[in-house]
Amino acid sequence: MTPTVRARLGTVLAAAVPVVFVAVLFGYPVAAIVGRGLAPEGTLDPEPLRRVFTDPALRGVVWFTVWQAALSTLCTLVLALPGAYVLARLRFPGRSLVRALVTVPFVLPTVLVANAFLAVGVPRSLGAILLAHVFFNYAVVVRVVGTRWRNLDPHEAEAARMLGASRWRVAREVTAPALRPAVVAAATITFLFCFTSFGVVLFLGGPTRTTLETEIHRQTTRFLDLPLAAALSVVQLAAVLALLWLVGRSERRAAVPARLRAAREIEHAPRTPGAWVLLTANLLVMTALLLVPMAVLVVRSLTPPSGFGLDAYRALGDLRRGSTLFVPPLEAVGTSVRYALAAATIAVVVGGLAAWAGARSRSRWLDGVLAVPLGVSAVTLGFGFLIALDEGPLDLRGSAALVPLAQALVALPFVVLLVGPVLRSIDPRLREAAAMLGASPGAIRRRIDLPIAARALFAAGAFAVAISLGEFGATTFVVRPDAPTLPVVIARLLGQPGEAAFHAAMAASGILMVLVVVAVVVGDRARVGRFGDF
Amino acid sequence: MAATGAATEAATGAATGLEVRELEVRYGGAVALAGIDLRVGPGEVVAVLGPSGSGKSTLLRAVAGLEPPTAGTVTWAGEDLRRVPPHLRRFGLMFQDHALFPHRDVAGNVAFGLRVQGLPTAEVRARTEAGLAAVGLAGFGARSVRELSGGEQQRVALARALAPEPRLLMLDEPLGALDRALREHLVDELRALFARRERAVLLVTHDHEEAFALADRVVVLHAGRVEQDDDASTVWSRPASAFVARFLGYNVTTAFGTRVAVRPDGLVWSAAPGPAGPGTVAVTVVDRTFRRDHFRLRVATAAGETLDVAVRDAGSPAAPTPGTPGTLTLVPGAAVALT
Repeated sequence: MTPTVRARLGTVLAAAVPVVFVAVLFGYPVAAIVGRGLAPEGTLDPEPLRRVFTDPALRGVVWFTVWQAALSTLCTLVLALPGAYVLARLRFPGRSLVRALVTVPFVLPTVLVANAFLAVGVPRSLGAILLAHVFFNYAVVVRVVGTRWRNLDPHEAEAARMLGASRWRVAREVTAPALRPAVVAAATITFLFCFTSFGVVLFLGGPTRTTLETEIHRQTTRFLDLPLAAALSVVQLAAVLALLWLVGRSERRAAVPARLRAAREIEHAPRTPGAWVLLTANLLVMTALLLVPMAVLVVRSLTPPSGFGLDAYRALGDLRRGSTLFVPPLEAVGTSVRYALAAATIAVVVGGLAAWAGARSRSRWLDGVLAVPLGVSAVTLGFGFLIALDEGPLDLRGSAALVPLAQALVALPFVVLLVGPVLRSIDPRLREAAAMLGASPGAIRRRIDLPIAARALFAAGAFAVAISLGEFGATTFVVRPDAPTLPVVIARLLGQPGEAAFHAAMAASGILMVLVVVAVVVGDRARVGRFGDF
Repeated sequence: MAATGAATEAATGAATGLEVRELEVRYGGAVALAGIDLRVGPGEVVAVLGPSGSGKSTLLRAVAGLEPPTAGTVTWAGEDLRRVPPHLRRFGLMFQDHALFPHRDVAGNVAFGLRVQGLPTAEVRARTEAGLAAVGLAGFGARSVRELSGGEQQRVALARALAPEPRLLMLDEPLGALDRALREHLVDELRALFARRERAVLLVTHDHEEAFALADRVVVLHAGRVEQDDDASTVWSRPASAFVARFLGYNVTTAFGTRVAVRPDGLVWSAAPGPAGPGTVAVTVVDRTFRRDHFRLRVATAAGETLDVAVRDAGSPAAPTPGTPGTLTLVPGAAVALT
């Protein structure tokens, strides 16, 4: 075997792991539920699909799903792009804390956030849906676009200034084109999340506002119309794939050149009155939009009926008689952390291999494959798990492995987003230099690629922990009743009557938020500054 | 003081071109530039020469308005530029790393400054083509800037900076990363471009050959301060301080009595012990290197000082080897007294 063939083979094998992982844990379950719905007797029955496009009510659902997602994406971009600039290019005390806090909403369970919004007094409405979607996806824009913003060569904008372009003109003609791929990527992720958003629409939309996702849920659980639910899933999946294909076609993302720059070249303290206004306005938006709902949860958790204090937290240690919980809620903390660490380990190994294989090939199809789970309903996935993974070698029913596997699947695209660019940006001359010093290809991987990627892998792992801690949609289908995670406990507590349960839910939310903040802060500390797409 | 300054200006008619006074730039606590005074008149080419970290690039950025000075003034023709943003100063700046716009082709880069002025399309196109032709890149307009060689990128950056006809052209290490042959070629081209226009040029470089080849006047910068500001030939023949002398390759020595600066070709080597006396010193060869048209000897005095001396004697191909004893004689008039 020549060295080239061997290197190719290595890349193929590395790519095979994530492909098989996604195929088995995502492709197969989704195919199973779709197959059972559309071809219950083994032959294709087009009737349910036809109904989706002819029934006026269902057409309305499709239309509402599309435009609410588009409008949510637009609102998110408008509010978060200035925030991305402020957090990427302005220097102010407490910035890294703000960056971490802004990220927390992204990984909070929807059920919790919906309740936070209702607690603040937001009425069930379209506005509530939009607001919640901005709340969740603000971090996507800040992180994806902000990272790119820090990577831009500041000299390009300065060169344009020296050629006589005003600030506004530089923004339009130099900065905007350079940011475009990142903005498109952030908008795509946001759109996918809003397109398949479940909890937000269910809890905040009120009974008349239905999206494909909530309709799938309704048809499956309420009317037991599995064929129609499957048809809706197919339409949703087709829309997601079409969008990803379009975006992938129009954006051939070039690897951001990794040049080390002094921080003072990239960022500066606000100097002009305009910069101060921008900073203040954005901090106000972040506070009102992101921090207040989270703060309300914390305040509620600290003010149970017994008065201000930690009573609600203490109560988490008891298993109250007659509750639907099988274990004291506090046990869920340990369960959540164990599951999240396992899920993060899986996601880092699988995602790291995917990023490594992706970095060695020019095509981005692997990124696309791994992005698909982002845009698919947790409901479809959860039911798919139940239907598909119950026989033969894949009989994972009741297995504790199912939870971390499902969470790893959700975290996987983000691991690839964080690690891929770092690996792609390794200067090939480093590898050549190592080879000239006598390092074998294996030694180069071990001594060059791995140490450089290690920090990114660790950061990605910490972020995967945060995502897994907050994951609700898929977890709720596969979790064992006697070993619930924190979000599941919160949902159960919220489903119980009584003040005490409510405050216990808030206390559990408080613990969850602290865990998530710690994971995000640890991850951000470990990041190789400017590298990574997320 | 202010009145005297204004009077001097009026007398010499110096209120034209760039004038930098008492400029200071700090980054947090660190002083990048302090007390910088600098003038560049129209038609004048001034080189700021200094080692890396001396504050050269910061000086350009402060003049450009990209770096706010913590003290001092930058004026053009007497007008204070403190409140004038970079894009309205009508200064051009060529970055060391070129900073070409990756999303535009070669013509798009060169045309940028002209389009920003709102010129008619036909004029933009004509001047872009003329600008590219002037740097020897006629017909390169449709190329992507990513596929250019280093020298070609350099030329595009130059054409782009020149296109809007800036009243002051600033260049950061204009020949920085180019190979020797290309540098020598570009030096001639740059001189021709500078000479053709009544424009002030301010360039910074760490290479004194580049500074002397391109500039009428050389300002030597050291640790954020001006060490010397003179005609190029004066700086070369009369370095004002030990730092400038060493930076230009002089020996700074007390071997001949008082502290003087002397160039390697201001010393004569002889293998025979010479007459002891002023202007001579006994030495031993430590090292020698071949320098195209001469040998460079490194010699040590009995006091442990090392000196560089050029040996040009074509008649003796066997230059002395390390360990050879000999005598150095100072060429009359070659020593520059240092205070």
